[in-house]
Amino acid sequence: MAEKGSFDIKVGLAEMLKGGVIMDVMNDEQAKIAEDAGAVAVMALERIPALIREEGGIARASDPEMIRAIQSAVSLPVMAKVRIGHFAEAQILEAMEVDFVDESEVLTPADEHNHIWKHDYKVPFVCGCRNLGEALRRIGEGATMIRTKGEAGSGNIVEAVRHMRQVQSDMKKLTVMDQDELMAVAKEMGAPFELVEQVAKLGKLPVPNFAAGGIATPADASLMMQLGAETVFVGSGIFMSDDPAPRAKAIVNAVTYYKDPKKLAEISSGLQSAMKGLDMSEIPEGERLQERGW
Amino acid sequence: MNVFRNGVGKAQGLLNKMIGVLALQGDYERHSHILDLLQLQSMEIRYPDELGMIHGLVIPGGESTTMTDLMDRNGFYKPIRKFAKDHPILGTCAGLIMMATSVPNSRVEPLGILNIEVDRNAYGRQVHSFTDQLPVRLDGRETQVSSTFIRAPKITRIEAGIEVICEYKGNPVAVKQGLHMGLSFHPELDNVTLFHDFIFNKQLDNKLSPKFHAA
Repeated sequence: MAEKGSFDIKVGLAEMLKGGVIMDVMNDEQAKIAEDAGAVAVMALERIPALIREEGGIARASDPEMIRAIQSAVSLPVMAKVRIGHFAEAQILEAMEVDFVDESEVLTPADEHNHIWKHDYKVPFVCGCRNLGEALRRIGEGATMIRTKGEAGSGNIVEAVRHMRQVQSDMKKLTVMDQDELMAVAKEMGAPFELVEQVAKLGKLPVPNFAAGGIATPADASLMMQLGAETVFVGSGIFMSDDPAPRAKAIVNAVTYYKDPKKLAEISSGLQSAMKGLDMSEIPEGERLQERGW
Repeated sequence: MNVFRNGVGKAQGLLNKMIGVLALQGDYERHSHILDLLQLQSMEIRYPDELGMIHGLVIPGGESTTMTDLMDRNGFYKPIRKFAKDHPILGTCAGLIMMATSVPNSRVEPLGILNIEVDRNAYGRQVHSFTDQLPVRLDGRETQVSSTFIRAPKITRIEAGIEVICEYKGNPVAVKQGLHMGLSFHPELDNVTLFHDFIFNKQLDNKLSPKFHAA
């Protein structure tokens, strides 16, 4: 009998997305631009994070009709976001056969204590993190892809760098610890012991580790890949810029050639202005999306 | 860097045999891992002139529209087609799509290495992805292997010269033509070494292929 929806099968799709760029799109036209530019997947959402930040209000899962329009416009995997803890939104997206669900801090949380129990779904989930403990809690709940949170919609790479460096350094520390230190670390991190033990052995997460939140240029993409990301999400960075199509293409190429500065210089040449972006001091602490998630 | 990752001494068969894994996008690390398990030296291929350093090539799983784009922009079509004339290529999933002769999607430009038509994502979206046991006829015997299909492509037409080595529910899912092999599924996700071993050890050692020069 064929087996469906196992943890490994869900990780399998995340493996296929490696070395690629996942792009936020708000309608089928943008989805086609993303596909033409070489995106490996699109994230369907009604408002990209920069607009959510600008317009305020409650950000919810997208209209099913809009997601369907995108599903029929492109042949790529289609992802969509649900509010943290909103398992009914997740059930709906699974019924629509969305390829990946992002339980995302970009939307307004529905539950301030619990995340979704993601093992129950055939559809794979991705979740954001700021450190290893958070990443392992999400994997423990069944996430099969992890991304840094960064600060969505800021166009500022500083938080994504902070979170990727934190996760990498947390992992490095585990690899040099003795077995009898791991339980205390697990307690301190608030992470499942078995996963802490696994990371100590592997030196990396047991699922693909992607970067998100503030990527706006080919150089940003290269930076995150060199810091250990295996793929990048670009949210507002493409469609808030002056030149979405060429910028999207350039970032796709930059992820493949992230270790080649000469090629990156070529790739980065001739682009128009990137999105303006926000300094972190312009985002009051209570309005930082990365604080959401527990 | 993966060049000489196993050290020169460990390579089996052909002296200094090097296998390339196309690393433009996709699960190329999983394929490198399979080659490691077989103690084959491998390197990631990101530039066309690197084809001159290898004796066989893997085109991994990933997104075929993305691969089309990156292969086109970085000048891979002509050199890979030339390489395929006397060197083996193994493609899985998106790799199979890229090796086909015909793909009914204007965004994908296949290489025309395997005489087949392939329909993308024909086994359905991710919630329909699956793992199953399949009987594979290779090297004069039948072997059961675990196979994972991720948004898998379907081989919809087979032309002259194609040998079907595995079927699933009446559809061909693994084919061979000359030196080359294409699979709808991902042996690299289940740590199955059978296909890489056949193509890059048994078959390649028999052939003793001369080193290829892209120029």
